[in-house]
Amino acid sequence: MPPIIEVKGLTKYYGEHTAIQDLNFSIDKGEVIGFLGANGAGKSTTLKILGCVLLPTTGDVVVDGIDIARDPHAVRRRIGFLPDQPPLYPEMTVGSYLGYAARLRGVPSGQVAARVAEAEERTATRDEHDKPIGSLSHGYRQRVGVAQALVHRPKLLILDEPTSGLDPRQIVEMREMIRGLRGEHTVLLSSHILSEISQTCDRLLIIDQGQIVDQGSEEDLARRLRQGAAVSIDVDVAGAPDSALTVLSALPGVVRATVARQAAGVTSLRVDTSADIRAQIARALVMGGIDLMRIDRGTGRLESIFLQLTEHKDLPQ
Amino acid sequence: MSATLLIARRELGTYLRSMTGYIIAALLLLIDGILFNVLAIGGDDKLSASVLMQFFYCTSGLAMIASVFISMRLVAEERQTGTLVLLTSSPVTDSQIIVGKFLSGFFFLVLVLALTIFMPLLILVNGKISWGHLAAGYLGLVLLGAAAMAMGTLGSALARTQVLAAIISGCLVTGMLVLWLLVRVTERPFNDVFANLALWQKHFIPFQQGTIHLRDVVYYLMVVIVSLFTAVRVMEARRWR
Repeated sequence: MPPIIEVKGLTKYYGEHTAIQDLNFSIDKGEVIGFLGANGAGKSTTLKILGCVLLPTTGDVVVDGIDIARDPHAVRRRIGFLPDQPPLYPEMTVGSYLGYAARLRGVPSGQVAARVAEAEERTATRDEHDKPIGSLSHGYRQRVGVAQALVHRPKLLILDEPTSGLDPRQIVEMREMIRGLRGEHTVLLSSHILSEISQTCDRLLIIDQGQIVDQGSEEDLARRLRQGAAVSIDVDVAGAPDSALTVLSALPGVVRATVARQAAGVTSLRVDTSADIRAQIARALVMGGIDLMRIDRGTGRLESIFLQLTEHKDLPQ
Repeated sequence: MSATLLIARRELGTYLRSMTGYIIAALLLLIDGILFNVLAIGGDDKLSASVLMQFFYCTSGLAMIASVFISMRLVAEERQTGTLVLLTSSPVTDSQIIVGKFLSGFFFLVLVLALTIFMPLLILVNGKISWGHLAAGYLGLVLLGAAAMAMGTLGSALARTQVLAAIISGCLVTGMLVLWLLVRVTERPFNDVFANLALWQKHFIPFQQGTIHLRDVVYYLMVVIVSLFTAVRVMEARRWR
């Protein structure tokens, strides 16, 4: 079965600024995918391109066998998109708004009422049908936003931060709602908080600084996280860290050594390693005549991203 | 129902459901009424036809100002609140979005202009009016309004905020109006070009006097087409940023 989304070499510049750089991934039908990254990592930009709102600078995106650059309308009919800010008209009632969205997406007039009822049913907003959107609470607005994306029965649902700004109870409800959509729709949702979406998703794509860092289920990622390691050390090399870097690079097990910070007399180095080889590093540095001031377990790139993603959950929204 | 009309109908509904629409309509009618009283029927005794001409003169200015204020929200508001994505992520073209939005503003303006009809009818109390003159004048108002509305739509497509949209559209309309002044300081053939490009003087006065020239109709339709075409291009360009 061909994947529903195939992204190859996707790059987007905003003027000089690189928002995303050479993204590659594919998503199979029926999967629920979490797109995870800190704020500003490039999630929204990627989702906007997939939702055919923005055009990429370079790269190919094929949705359900259709190139988004060739036939964006055919792609838009297959996609339901909820942007980070739900596109709601506060003066319209939920029912008339969803009807409008359905007609815009080409649902035949005779079926509009039934589709609206169906979307309201699935997002538990049936009782809100006649209420103006402006009078709804934030949680319900978010649901109407999802209903708007569902109303034309798209194959692919793209939800940008559907849980943002919701209280814990609403997050649980939203999670259950998204889980209920599994199977019929392929769902791609983004978040900057791991715990909010990890249970909902079959697979996570971790994005940082516009690039996919890693992908897999939460367990896969955690396992990979334990295998790789990093070491952080301080040395006294009187402003010439090259000698230390040479010694470190020669050690087996060292993937990369870089200068993290230089202060008066003390230079901090970051060493990416394939295993925990702190003892070997300490010995090699001392044998090489370099004064070792401190040695510690550091944090790898994936790990530091993970830390960022998991730390946020305690912050007030 | 085509997407263009679908969008136009929803937008028109917004004007009729929000305060802004009614405020603009009320202000236009109030100011027009005052001007009608002071300029058109006030002063010395005059012919009914010249009263009618004065009425179209005053109303044309107000129609242009109203167009700028009616059109400012069309695209800019949706961009500000983020609802534009509903349209740009749906299978509708940018020209359907722009034309739909333009039509909603245009219909609303026509509605407001229709409400001014009581003023020329008041002339009937003490005088006579030619129905042809009335029809020509209103056709002129509708065309001039459409041209200003299209320029307003372009301003709204260009701007990030509604205030900025009103400023840009105001500048566009004013710029097109004062081209007439350049006629006085330029030589042939440029003064002819400016005279024909100017929004009001050469093209509206015939309508005001009760004459319909095809060239004036074509002129206003061209302003509408060029402005809307540019607005569509602006929308398309926005997808690249």
